[in-house]
Amino acid sequence: MKTIRVGAGLGFYGDSWRPVRASIERGGVQYIASDHLSELTLAILQKDRHKAKPGDPPSGYARDAVPMLAELWPLAARHGVKFVLNAGGLNPEGARQAIAKTFRDKGWKAKIATVTGDSVLERIDELRAAGEPLAHMDTGADIAAVRGRMLFANAYLGAQPIAQALSKGADIVLTGRVADAALTLGPLAYEFGWQWDDWDRMAAGLTLGHLLECSGQGSGGNFGSAGEWAKVPDYANLGYPIAEVSEDGSALFTKAPGTGGRVSFDTIRQQLLYEVHDPHAYFSPDVVLDMGTLDFKDEGNDRVRIRGASGAPRPKALKIVAGYQDGWMGTGMIGFAWPEAYAKCEKSAQIIGALVKERGWAVEDTNVEYIGYNSLLGANADPTYRDQLNECFLRMTIRTQDRKVADAFGRLFPWLGLSGPPYVGSMKGIQPAKELLGIWPALVSRELVERNINIEVEST
Amino acid sequence: MRVPLWKVAHARSGDKADRADIGLFAFDAPTYEVLKREVTRERLAAHFAGMGTGLVELWPLDNILALKIVLNAALQGGAARSLRMDNLGKNVAAQLLRMEIEAPEHLPRLKTE
Repeated sequence: MKTIRVGAGLGFYGDSWRPVRASIERGGVQYIASDHLSELTLAILQKDRHKAKPGDPPSGYARDAVPMLAELWPLAARHGVKFVLNAGGLNPEGARQAIAKTFRDKGWKAKIATVTGDSVLERIDELRAAGEPLAHMDTGADIAAVRGRMLFANAYLGAQPIAQALSKGADIVLTGRVADAALTLGPLAYEFGWQWDDWDRMAAGLTLGHLLECSGQGSGGNFGSAGEWAKVPDYANLGYPIAEVSEDGSALFTKAPGTGGRVSFDTIRQQLLYEVHDPHAYFSPDVVLDMGTLDFKDEGNDRVRIRGASGAPRPKALKIVAGYQDGWMGTGMIGFAWPEAYAKCEKSAQIIGALVKERGWAVEDTNVEYIGYNSLLGANADPTYRDQLNECFLRMTIRTQDRKVADAFGRLFPWLGLSGPPYVGSMKGIQPAKELLGIWPALVSRELVERNINIEVEST
Repeated sequence: MRVPLWKVAHARSGDKADRADIGLFAFDAPTYEVLKREVTRERLAAHFAGMGTGLVELWPLDNILALKIVLNAALQGGAARSLRMDNLGKNVAAQLLRMEIEAPEHLPRLKTE
């Protein structure tokens, strides 16, 4: 019986591809599904593109795809492994050119496809004229409020263009924004010839793609727990997850032999619900998944059987995520040792607050956190030992529309070293202003986006 | 007896725009029944009041012994405009594991101690 093995590639822009080697060498994978784009990565890529000068090499894509493929391709080609990556970001063609150049320089032959059409930044007026309000999905707010400050706006495409690219013989498929799980569903639908309205099989592919899209988080990484995380073996050699899928959509979820990490009922159900809203209606461009009928059977030895996904017809609208400029963040930090480490941080926060007030800066919001006490647990930090801490760092951040204020804020802190409370931690530089971005989720009619989808294949 | 959730469950959290979401998982079926009874929307809203969180949503999933929890308007507008150290809400699950519930002593994870 035919099975297809899909292995996880990266889980974010900057993730490690070292574990992908083990999946290719010993995991028997035919595809690597590599997710380089978080909700915000397009904002980083947009900044890259803004900085580029005429004559610079193309930018606006996830650059890590180039060294990743340069390192893995000879091995992948030997094993007949294909790659599906959303590393195209805002510029899939630029990514293709960069990869094709590397391949030609090395004399490697490959068919590299791009999927474009997801970006709607230049089409917002056109879409609104066509009757799409593009109002904020959660608040209903009018997009006019942020229209002039938008940095990117991309619709999440589905798995169909990926499958089409593969049917044109592509060895490497580069997309921009697609649903993360489509990187897996695309190859599965192509290989098995699944019908696009076979909702349960679509749901099965979506489930597996969702379990693979965060690399190590699907195989024991970031296993949120007290104590149990320490039982995950060999983090340094953690293997990325692999799904061995059958035609009916059922799968064996596992990882390459001889790697660290853990694939178990516990680790994969954590990933199943990760960044999901209503688990009975998990929306994607291709299907709406009900996670409530899934059946996981842990067979031990890093093997879990998955079956029972059920799907409902795909939504009529696609989701757009846009990012807009929303002011600047200024950051200042200073640390103190015992005695009264916390009290000295608190006093410093008061002093800085007074200095800001004296300067009359237009600050919209101030955030005060104590690293070593509550910077991660917030109001749920346990205050029992607050006044006996060995050491504590004050971290203060402000939001302002004025970049100069955000830059100046951090420069208030070094002065405290000689003129503030005693036993100060070393100052390790001043953080420059950071641009803040608001996220604008909206819905758009599928047809208006899909008619602009374009697939191109280039042979090296 | 009063029991902190970390003794009987595990959890992971993440972000989507201005929402923090948490998966809370019982280690075993008897504990799952207790979680369903004890971890209510009202208790969650109180536990996370310090984050300034909005509407709390909650779904039980019997097939994986889990509760799916969504905290709306919990991330200062979203990770990229948040001023917090934990802008991505990765530690919201750790915050949840500190919540105390009323649990019978015979739960499997409590007996092995």
